[in-house]
Amino acid sequence: MTPPLPWDARHAADIIHRHLHLEGPTLPILHALQTAFGHIPDDAVPMLADALNLSRAEIHGVVTFYHDFRHEPAGRHVIKVCRAEACQSLGAEKTATALLERLGIGWGETTADGTVTVEAIYCLGLCACAPAALIDGEPAGRLDGAKLAAAVDEVRWS
Amino acid sequence: MTRIFIPQDVAALAVGAEKVAKAVAAQGGDGVTIVRTGSRGLFWLEPLVEVETPAGRIAYGPVTPADVPGLFAAGFLTGAAHPLCLGPTAQIPWLARQNRLTFARCGIIDPLSVEDYRAHGGFKGIARALDLGPSNTIEEVVRSGLRGRGGAGFPTGIKWRTVAAAPADRRYIVCNADEGDSGTFADRMMLEGDPLALIEGMVIAGYGVGADKGYVYSRSEYPHANHIFTRALYVARKAGLLGPSILGTDFGFDIELRVGAGAYVCGEETALLESLEGKRGVVRAKPPLPAIKGLFGRPTVVNNLLSLATVPTILANGAQAYADYGMGRSRGTMPIQIAGNVKFGGLFEDAFGITLGEIVNEVGGGTLTGRPVKAVQCGGPLGAYFPPSLFDTQYDYEAFTARGGLIGHGGIVVFDDSVDLSAQARFAMEFCAIESCGKCTPCRIGSTRGAEVIDRIRAGIEVEANIALVEDLCQTMKFGSLCALGGFTPYPVLSALQHFPEDFRRGQLPVAAE
Repeated sequence: MTPPLPWDARHAADIIHRHLHLEGPTLPILHALQTAFGHIPDDAVPMLADALNLSRAEIHGVVTFYHDFRHEPAGRHVIKVCRAEACQSLGAEKTATALLERLGIGWGETTADGTVTVEAIYCLGLCACAPAALIDGEPAGRLDGAKLAAAVDEVRWS
Repeated sequence: MTRIFIPQDVAALAVGAEKVAKAVAAQGGDGVTIVRTGSRGLFWLEPLVEVETPAGRIAYGPVTPADVPGLFAAGFLTGAAHPLCLGPTAQIPWLARQNRLTFARCGIIDPLSVEDYRAHGGFKGIARALDLGPSNTIEEVVRSGLRGRGGAGFPTGIKWRTVAAAPADRRYIVCNADEGDSGTFADRMMLEGDPLALIEGMVIAGYGVGADKGYVYSRSEYPHANHIFTRALYVARKAGLLGPSILGTDFGFDIELRVGAGAYVCGEETALLESLEGKRGVVRAKPPLPAIKGLFGRPTVVNNLLSLATVPTILANGAQAYADYGMGRSRGTMPIQIAGNVKFGGLFEDAFGITLGEIVNEVGGGTLTGRPVKAVQCGGPLGAYFPPSLFDTQYDYEAFTARGGLIGHGGIVVFDDSVDLSAQARFAMEFCAIESCGKCTPCRIGSTRGAEVIDRIRAGIEVEANIALVEDLCQTMKFGSLCALGGFTPYPVLSALQHFPEDFRRGQLPVAAE
């Protein structure tokens, strides 16, 4: 994964400006900011409000409504584990709990060394090869505790 | 030069298709051309590798990288026998018994090849629409009987009529590809396997109602699908299927892909419109209907991806050919998605009317674990849990409603006898609490209180009184919520209570079952 950039107001202004021709550009801008900086930096909120002629409260409201937008960067590797029904039917909760215990973290948390963040996700569309996860954006299916642990180790220590 | 077809559908990638493709490329060298396709939808056979032979395409699966040297040694380039050989792909019984109209091309063609698309019937729908003219195009869709494949089942053509008749300076086509229901993956497969069909369907819709702009609202959980669809938009513009002059006419139309941000409620059409406008995905009160006042206040067609992707085949082959399939008021075919704890999971497109039992036991082959089927959840997290005693229910909008359920977006999730339906009922409430947009009280507060009350039932505290309380709460949510999130969360809860009462009374036992 590309490591997030440190905050750079000029770069953020560029990103915002590039999207202003779109109808309803808020979400595309937020996605682009998060791709660049790994989260939605607080400093970006007033800039976005200014560019879109909205209040800071309105932008804050949008940012906090959507599960995807982070307040701080994730760990170097992000594991999104599906917790929805199709994966549940094949033991996803047990598989996920084993991973969290092994890493010593809870849902949405990052390991102390900053290497791995585990997030819950509700459906990856991999329901016919459950349980499933996205490991740094790459899909993995038919998981069990051992396979998931091995896949996480592979990205974590490589 | 032998052509070998290997899916790049994300579910195939999830079980190793990329490594298989690399192994085949390395061993085959200049002797093979690898075509990356969507998936045929037989996921227990993925990665499914097909070889083009004079006798048609021969399938091998599930293939691992370790199998590749053996396949070459056995002569699979000529379709030779091998323990993994499944024979001609089209004759695999699971595939052969389907009626694929919407998914006719998926898994067969290179999704980004305009030539492949044209050779397999693409462009015929838009060509016929341009011949018919806008209003006759709409009437053709009306006559086909096509109903919204997102779950509500509203007649697609009638919606188009309303939008076309609404006076406006601008109209929009919005494709709802926010496929958040667990157990569903048909939208994703279409985006990855036959994206040009969706584009053609949206162009036809735009032509019919007089819109020049379309949006596809997809999910951030579908990065691979979004990547392929972005490339498909580029390909379609180059081919004249999008742009200022569609196929050389003076009708212009273009599409923009927008990606959500992990909010399930944005699959609800008005929340989706709010999100497209850049706001919180909060549900709007209806009326006004989006068909009258939708995106940016303009008349807007909001259709499910499957509805739009089915339009080209309806126009190409005529409304009657589509309406000839199905039963009652459910005309045509439904791409049913069989998922969860099931032996043969995947995409099964068939005419309405097949029974739930046939789908689960015959097509799906029962559970993957080999244990008895205890329940199937139909229609996503807001759908009812059906026990095997209701397996005679026919797959049809009205038949499911009559049994206290819904077909939704066509997902079916199978559970074996290890499932605890009280836990599933609690999850339904918890999920609603996590995903509620917060606008209406029954959904926002009711879901949290519902989870708490089910916790008390599971702990054996005043079980009967608390069950009555949950049932009462469900009625409030059902009739008091603004949209289907709060309004349909009672379906899984009440069906679990009705069909699996024993699962809610375990806490009363002197010794816990575990």
